Amino acid sequence: MGRTIIEKLWEAHSVADLGDGSHLIYIDRVFFHERTGSIALKGLEAAGRKVRNPEQVFGCMDHIVDTIPGRTDETMVPGGTAFITTTRAAAKAAGVNLFDLGDDRQGIVHVVSPEQGIALPGVTLVCPDSHTCTQGAVGALAWGIGSTECEHAMATKTLAVRKPKSMRVLFEGKLGNGVTAKDMILYLIGQHTASGGVGYAIEFAGEAVRALPMEARFTLCNMGVEFGAWTCIIAPDQTTYDYAEGRPYAPEGSVWDQALASWRTLPTDEDAVFDKEIVIDCGEIVPQITWGTSPQQEIGIDGIVPDPAAEQDENRRQSMERALEYMELEPGLRLEGLPIDSAFIGSCTNSRLSDLRNAAEILKGRKVADGVKAICVPGSGQVKKAAEAEGLDKIFIAAGFEWREPGCSMCFFAGGENLGLEQRAVSSTNRNFENRQGPRTKTHLASPTTVAASAVNGYLSDVRKMESNHE
Amino acid sequence: MNKFKELTAIAAPLLRINVDTDAIIPSREMKRVSKEGLGDGLFAGWRYTEPGSRIENPEFILNRKPYRLAQILLSGANFGCGSSREHAVWALAEWGIRAIIAPSFGAIFYGNCVRNGILPIILPDERIQVLASLVEADPDNNLIEIDLEKCTATGPDELTNTFDIAPSDREMLMEGLDAIAVTMRYDDEILAFQARDRLKRPWIYL
Repeated sequence: MGRTIIEKLWEAHSVADLGDGSHLIYIDRVFFHERTGSIALKGLEAAGRKVRNPEQVFGCMDHIVDTIPGRTDETMVPGGTAFITTTRAAAKAAGVNLFDLGDDRQGIVHVVSPEQGIALPGVTLVCPDSHTCTQGAVGALAWGIGSTECEHAMATKTLAVRKPKSMRVLFEGKLGNGVTAKDMILYLIGQHTASGGVGYAIEFAGEAVRALPMEARFTLCNMGVEFGAWTCIIAPDQTTYDYAEGRPYAPEGSVWDQALASWRTLPTDEDAVFDKEIVIDCGEIVPQITWGTSPQQEIGIDGIVPDPAAEQDENRRQSMERALEYMELEPGLRLEGLPIDSAFIGSCTNSRLSDLRNAAEILKGRKVADGVKAICVPGSGQVKKAAEAEGLDKIFIAAGFEWREPGCSMCFFAGGENLGLEQRAVSSTNRNFENRQGPRTKTHLASPTTVAASAVNGYLSDVRKMESNHE
Repeated sequence: MNKFKELTAIAAPLLRINVDTDAIIPSREMKRVSKEGLGDGLFAGWRYTEPGSRIENPEFILNRKPYRLAQILLSGANFGCGSSREHAVWALAEWGIRAIIAPSFGAIFYGNCVRNGILPIILPDERIQVLASLVEADPDNNLIEIDLEKCTATGPDELTNTFDIAPSDREMLMEGLDAIAVTMRYDDEILAFQARDRLKRPWIYL
């Protein structure tokens, strides 16, 4: 019987069968950041252990660093400097790679890793960060872990992993005008809940996935964790190989040819069987927006806030009631037209060059509405440089957006900068939890183009209704 | 790490679904490069009246007696979803929680629990609802008994459920194992794997 891509990668990386459904899996790449990586490195130090193969371990400053131009080690996050200096010192002592402040490759881990060719098809990669599944988009088996497991991976080059069940989500059909990968994944979570993927490693496949450019595939995989998935993956194809070729840590010459031949054997076999399959008709999807405090509490931009009273399940009904109270929304309210206070474009979900280009298309020749605070944080120094070479920064700034330095920034509030006490924000990020972006900040998740359109109008907007910009 | 064999304790029902790790330990509470000092920030957004304050919200279950002494948490589906922050587990452990019963858990959170001496127990939602009602009727005396050796959880109604847990996870909890030391027993296999793999996939070995 045929094997899925995940089975192939699992078997290729199995060092030992531990006998209870778990295997010792070889970890090709470990990536950490300053918030959870410092403690893993310190743990190893304290136990007198060395990092095994430090040349295959990478770190990035992304979570705690400020994103304001001219930033230093002194952070707006209270106590943040210690995270930065501790990580820097520990990384140096351990001999691992670090993309530090001042390095133009620095940025959000899940933007930098594939951009640098560190994540490649067929690698196993772990990071003490839940959005590691993002990197599955290049056909890597990449999943999030805690700091203790990170210590283990760094010390032994392995992790003991229980084999997950397998799911395939087929995104069929074609995306309509104005509909993006962000809308696809929000739609999936809305239809199947935030626990729909629990216990599964998920392959995203189908016509619409094949048609997605590389950066959009990262967006799709990024929110797999919000679907409850252990991880998600997209089988490599020519789009993937074209993306990976020539990147700093990618192979070259005859080794590239050898790698390519190996990668071509990875995609799921025709006769492989998954434990579960879901089919999504992409023609049904309109631009999406969350209304609640879980990514599953989302609807089309043309929809209305649902009524908890209509919900049969008691737990879900209570969750909806809490969410409506927090978000200060009433059932039956049309989301389109709801005034906003702030707009954010950034995060490991949507901060890559194509995200910025698409948003810039909407912003060109337009201005952010009065009173709306708008911020754009490119995902890495490389993305920022490329965006500036195309003049995108000028478009954002002329429109009234702040143009920042790379980092996780306003995805989450850690005591420093935030999107405003009790303010209503539209955001290209991945979590709309209570207090996530600020004290009592009300977050609506959406695609970068929906965020741009909403910023211009000053209210949640249907990007399809924005007239296309022309000179 | 402390060994976990059995536990009979007060349980606190927090029957919400999708309780995420931001709720369990908000980012602003993760102030130091340390596993310690987090108990105070546990569920800070719900336990205290204002973000950043320490004025208790008297309504929140963990602030009410006798739940202040709870060592078991009962919750809804997908407990511990969201961010991978192991700080969520460190905060729970420091506060005094030793076992959590839910219909499902965030995967990373589950793994973090097992590595820090907290037992995550998966039971059907209907049974958890019953346990919650029983416990709420007389929380001081209606305790829950957990036996990790037998993999059972017994309610105040004397009804016992068995729960599933991977043998290696169970062993880790019961013996308080150091996972890295256990894995290093496979050092030869790891070296052998690298030697073979290096020929097949030279581009991995930077």
